Amino acid sequence: MQMRKLIKPLVFVLALLPFAVLVLRIIQNNLGPDPVQELSLETGEWTLRFLILALAMTPLRRITNQIEFTRHRRMIGLFALFYASTHLLVWLMFDLEFRWFAIAEEILERPYITVGFTAYLILLALGITSPKFMVRKLGKNWKRLHKLVYVAAILGVLHLLWILRLDIGPAVFYSSLVALLLGYRVWFRLRARRS
Amino acid sequence: MLIKKPSDINPSEITPESVYRNRRQFIEDSGKLLLGAAAASTLPSIANAQTGAGLMARAPASMRRSPPAAWWADKFANIKPAPDSAPFYTGESLTPYEDVVSYNNFYEFGMNKGDPSSNSGDYKADPWSVEISGEVAKPGVYNLEDILKPHDLEERIYRLRCVEAWSMVIPWVGFPLADLIKRFEPTSKAKYIEFETLVDPETMPGVRSRFAIVDWPYREGLRMDEAMNPLTLMAVGVYGDYLPPQNGAPLRLIVPWKYGFKSIKAIVKINFRETMPDTTWVDLQAQEYGFFANVNPAVHHPRWRQDTERRLPQTLFSRSRIATQPFNGYGEQVASMYEGMDLSRYY
Repeated sequence: MQMRKLIKPLVFVLALLPFAVLVLRIIQNNLGPDPVQELSLETGEWTLRFLILALAMTPLRRITNQIEFTRHRRMIGLFALFYASTHLLVWLMFDLEFRWFAIAEEILERPYITVGFTAYLILLALGITSPKFMVRKLGKNWKRLHKLVYVAAILGVLHLLWILRLDIGPAVFYSSLVALLLGYRVWFRLRARRS
Repeated sequence: MLIKKPSDINPSEITPESVYRNRRQFIEDSGKLLLGAAAASTLPSIANAQTGAGLMARAPASMRRSPPAAWWADKFANIKPAPDSAPFYTGESLTPYEDVVSYNNFYEFGMNKGDPSSNSGDYKADPWSVEISGEVAKPGVYNLEDILKPHDLEERIYRLRCVEAWSMVIPWVGFPLADLIKRFEPTSKAKYIEFETLVDPETMPGVRSRFAIVDWPYREGLRMDEAMNPLTLMAVGVYGDYLPPQNGAPLRLIVPWKYGFKSIKAIVKINFRETMPDTTWVDLQAQEYGFFANVNPAVHHPRWRQDTERRLPQTLFSRSRIATQPFNGYGEQVASMYEGMDLSRYY
């Protein structure tokens, strides 16, 4: 029982580790000659990783029969939102330097940004509705709303695919993971219906 | 007589940059002073006091490379320093050598910016030969030593603007491509020139990668008037030193008014032709990359803006985002070549 209590803070600290590493690299001025690009790439990739990790929790619980996994689903999902927020902030602050007109233009005109920004809005909505009282308040609609997490994941991968120049490796990797997780859901649903 | 060994420390490392940049004025001024005191004949000995001392920029002593072969050292013993005025010079702050040699796009060595410098350990820039073919009177396969023999090397400080919206200022060492072209006597049919990069799976891990969607070898090209423009440089060095593999050793092109991907690296083939050649990026994404690829703030890449650029290196809290110039600031020298062309169509 004591051990179990330790898992939650442990997951929390682990999830903060990539952020701590980035902060350390900023302090040490160790981000290379193009730090804005480096920060964008890192925060973007960590967003995708946490999003995929959050999506993996339910399948992992079903496969292993360990309830433990779903107990951390919300926190991991919130960390996806956290890294997405830093990703957005890096872009607003360092890349476009809060030139609001240019920001609006980018969101409307560049499809990869439109897609990325939409994914962010979804994550934000899911984050806001994640506390327990919101779950109760929304009732049935909560589940419906939170299915949007798959849309966010697909848009997130699309966002990556759309910006790359040549290196399809990471994009292929993350999109296969999303496809796998989504496929598992569909398969599970179909099987449940049959039985 | 006291004979002193030359110091290992590069003068540029101990002299404030502003003083260093004005050293010619200083030499000139002291020369004028000396004229009054001593015979004029003593002046040349001052000017030639130290080989390479006249160069605007040199690689840090600790990072200097050994010559790929012995003859390279002779070639590099006499490099004509960059002039003090545009277009072969710019007074903008140089991108430090460390960044120039560690932040590269050279997909034959990998996809990330750091890959070319970390994955090129096995690469050999010597022996090297270049195949000259097509519409020329003197085709053939030439040793690099023979190719370089008649050309004196000179230093040129150019802006480099990558299509990814970052830029650097780099002191190259090389010679005009025009001088090289003339030696092979192109025929009247030679309207375009095509270049190819080495493909060596043994020493280039990026070529072996399954995720590379490039149809190797990397190919680039220029129209003949672009190739003959005095700005177009065949580079063999950077910061007064031999080119590292990641920067395109031993022979690369520099076309400063075009996006960086036109400046092809590690050239093994030069082909003269009547028709516009296929080039790697046009083959990959014709809607995004054109044959001309002139730096143009008015024509955005379909996926990102081109009106500003990140001048490297940056730190997070001192970022220099500057306006991108038409033709990367070389309009005076090159704009006339494109008169009457719709540059939003021929991007």
